[in-house]
Amino acid sequence: MKKVVYKFYYDFEKEEKWLNEMSSKGFALVDFFMGKYTFEECEKGEYIYRIELLENLVSDPKSIEYINFLEETGVQHVASSFRWAFFRKKASLGQFDIYSDVDSKIGHYKKIVGFFSVLAFAEITIGISNINLGTHVHTEISGVNSVLGLFCFLIGIVFVSISLRFSGKINKLKKEKIIKE
Amino acid sequence: MEGNIDKIVLTEAVYYILLSIYTPMHGYGIMQNVSELSNGRVNLGPGTLYGAINTLLEKKWILPLIEDLNSRKKEYLITDLGKEIVKNEIVRLEELVKNGKKIRGEN
Repeated sequence: MKKVVYKFYYDFEKEEKWLNEMSSKGFALVDFFMGKYTFEECEKGEYIYRIELLENLVSDPKSIEYINFLEETGVQHVASSFRWAFFRKKASLGQFDIYSDVDSKIGHYKKIVGFFSVLAFAEITIGISNINLGTHVHTEISGVNSVLGLFCFLIGIVFVSISLRFSGKINKLKKEKIIKE
Repeated sequence: MEGNIDKIVLTEAVYYILLSIYTPMHGYGIMQNVSELSNGRVNLGPGTLYGAINTLLEKKWILPLIEDLNSRKKEYLITDLGKEIVKNEIVRLEELVKNGKKIRGEN
């Protein structure tokens, strides 16, 4: 039996946690498209889910090569969206972390900081120019511009905070690296 | 080039990856072998292994074997340069162990 849930996440770690909670309740993600999550019934806790930001778009040959490599190791590629990929592995095959050492974890976090910094910059720029437009140029749609601008600006702030959170994680890992591998 | 190859300090993961491919092995085989060698202590994540393999290929410490037509899986083998690096690493590790034991009076 299929179960469809519509949900919006901007924080992929919370999203990953939710997918694992769903799996532990017996619902395994089988498809994702623009906030539409499709689940199929599975044994409780059958799969471990991981979400990864890839270097390139999922359709890029480099990404395909990478995904093929992961699939050789018992990982299933469940769904993807732009550069984000949803992976799962049967829990019976043992633990599943895509990155197992400090350096490669830092590498992944750096990609995430880059991704959200670009988005944050775009949203804030669009936001401020719309607010400017809304307050300085008086037309019938000034109000729309202001509201839209404020909305973009706030999303931008959320992205900034995600970037900062992962920058913090990078710094923490770098400190650990001084004393251990 | 690297500069001095006897100054290289390997990560635990890379050391075990290189040891694993003294005989040809594909990615998943390397993961399992490393886990076995370390009694389950070192579990390589597939993303970490993929990054390591690509870097080792660039450095020519390992090489890819011509793909078996019946299999999509690519196998890897350590090169002479890679073996040299491992040899130097063992000398370094022996020094660490020797000094540790000496100071703790365990000889």
